[in-house]
Amino acid sequence: MSTPILEVRDLVKQYPATTAVAGVSFSVPPGMCFGLLGPNGAGKTTTIEIMEGILPATSGEIRYRGELLGARFREEAGILFQKTALQDFLTVRQSIALFRGLYSSGLDVDEVLKVCALEALAGRDSRKLSGGQQQRLLLAIALVNDPAVLFLDEPTTGLDPQARRNFWELVQSIKARHKTIILTTHYMEEAELLCDEVAIMDRGRIVAQGPPQRLLREHFAEVLLELPRQDFPSSARELPLKLLEARDRIEITTQDLEGTLRTLLAAHVPLTNLRIRPANLEDLFLALTGKELRP
Amino acid sequence: MIRRLLSVWHARNLEFLRDRSTLLFTLLLPIALVVGMGFVFAGPPRPLFKVGVLAEHIDKASQPFLRERYVEFVATPDEAAALRKLTHQTLDLLLDLRSPTRYWVNTDSPKGYIVEKLLLAAVPGAQRQPVTGVAVRYIDWLFPGILGMNLMFSCLFGVGYVVVRYRKSGFLKRLHATPLSAFEFLGAQVLSRLAIILTVTTILYVGIGTIIGFHSAGNVALLALLLILGALSLIALGLTVAARFSSEELVGGVLNLLTWPMMLLSGVWFSLEDSPRWVQWVAGVFPLTHVLDAARAVMIDGAGLAQIAPHLLYLAVTTFAFLAFGAWSFHWRID
Repeated sequence: MSTPILEVRDLVKQYPATTAVAGVSFSVPPGMCFGLLGPNGAGKTTTIEIMEGILPATSGEIRYRGELLGARFREEAGILFQKTALQDFLTVRQSIALFRGLYSSGLDVDEVLKVCALEALAGRDSRKLSGGQQQRLLLAIALVNDPAVLFLDEPTTGLDPQARRNFWELVQSIKARHKTIILTTHYMEEAELLCDEVAIMDRGRIVAQGPPQRLLREHFAEVLLELPRQDFPSSARELPLKLLEARDRIEITTQDLEGTLRTLLAAHVPLTNLRIRPANLEDLFLALTGKELRP
Repeated sequence: MIRRLLSVWHARNLEFLRDRSTLLFTLLLPIALVVGMGFVFAGPPRPLFKVGVLAEHIDKASQPFLRERYVEFVATPDEAAALRKLTHQTLDLLLDLRSPTRYWVNTDSPKGYIVEKLLLAAVPGAQRQPVTGVAVRYIDWLFPGILGMNLMFSCLFGVGYVVVRYRKSGFLKRLHATPLSAFEFLGAQVLSRLAIILTVTTILYVGIGTIIGFHSAGNVALLALLLILGALSLIALGLTVAARFSSEELVGGVLNLLTWPMMLLSGVWFSLEDSPRWVQWVAGVFPLTHVLDAARAVMIDGAGLAQIAPHLLYLAVTTFAFLAFGAWSFHWRID
């Protein structure tokens, strides 16, 4: 394994009333897309903001290329926050140029506009962009210094499905340029599509870490049956089945599909709305914590 | 509609009442204004005439004329400064009680003519020393005050609110994720506002100066230097106020708390030279006082660099002090 570009060691962040991050450690090799997954309040944004040098840690340390965060990191990191306002009355081009001026090296403004498909919007007031266009502009600003490591904190939250897919394509094109990406998300599809490795967080701790497919193989040898909650009578809860209760559905994991179906039919459970699918990261999170990723 | 209006009204009241710091400033400001106005305007009505006496202290028992009613006697040990005031008719007569008794009177001054009659009735043998000089119009005296007041509001509110808005919107947090330092950010704000102020003040100076027929008696380049240093000091003060806060209302309160005393005590509208010593000492802390005193010295008296150097030095020192404190206490994000 190559030398990590980023190392997080025993990170703790305490607030007067709560511990947001309770001893998190991991390392990220260059060129990897590393995902921090978890529901709201899991501590992933706090973790990423400490990694970005925006928030101070209570204890623990972050190392970039073996050194504590410093001037070099600020020059070489690109950051897209969950929420960012830009300066009023500037066009897309002017907004990018403003940030380009803050770095000693980087890409030309025109090149960044091209990478993020913003050429046609270059002269538009940045306040008059749609949600997807706004996120592309913020990504362009994060790329303006041609960063070695790119932080994306829930970059597609609030976007419509089309805008989200467009954004994923952009991130994939950045991945193809061998950039290291740290991504937080609560969209499992996003994590499975983009991340080479994920760390699943709950209550400030990492509860599982590894490549998504390996984690799924380790935790799920079974298939997963999904039934709407209203189709699952309370009497059926006594059946000898492995049940996971989600907000609006009951999930049954099994290695014996035929036997499970027979058991359900014998208990007169209606199977009209039954879905059978392989397990995903959301199921993994549910299995590990008993909670759903999306609140 | 009324219900919706009341719901919003109620929520806004709760928000305001729960913002303790803003609430405190909102309550303190009117109290401070009442106290300030009380000190400035308290006391008996002003006398009709003002006579300078060349002495450190005035002993009223030494000369019956010094006990005349409706005449204010002020000790003016500096003869040159007192003669300048007489020339500008801010003194009606200047008296030297040492033997032989001498007095100076401005022959262009109507009030000087009357108070001279009173003096000669009490001290018939006093030696007359005539001076001439047209009175400084109130508008000539007020003009630097107007420029200074505009400078103060533009500097303090222009940068204070902007920085707080940037912090509140998260724009500062985004800038913090770049190599930009707090000092660079604050420096950029200072220079940006300085350019705006220089432009606006030049327009005001030329425009109002032309309308009221005013020309500076002193060097205009020196006046420009004073304006730049004064603006820098006041902008830096505004940045210091905005260095931490994320509430526009709180910052508005603090800025009002600074601007109103400056407007009352820095000599924008009237001279405070006859005010109690402690009022003058407090006024001397404000950068605007130094801007106005120096501006009037240059514009009315034609003062040069050496005469206003202490004011320039004070403004330079406060600029660096405010900027250093602002950079030290600066917060990029809301706590």
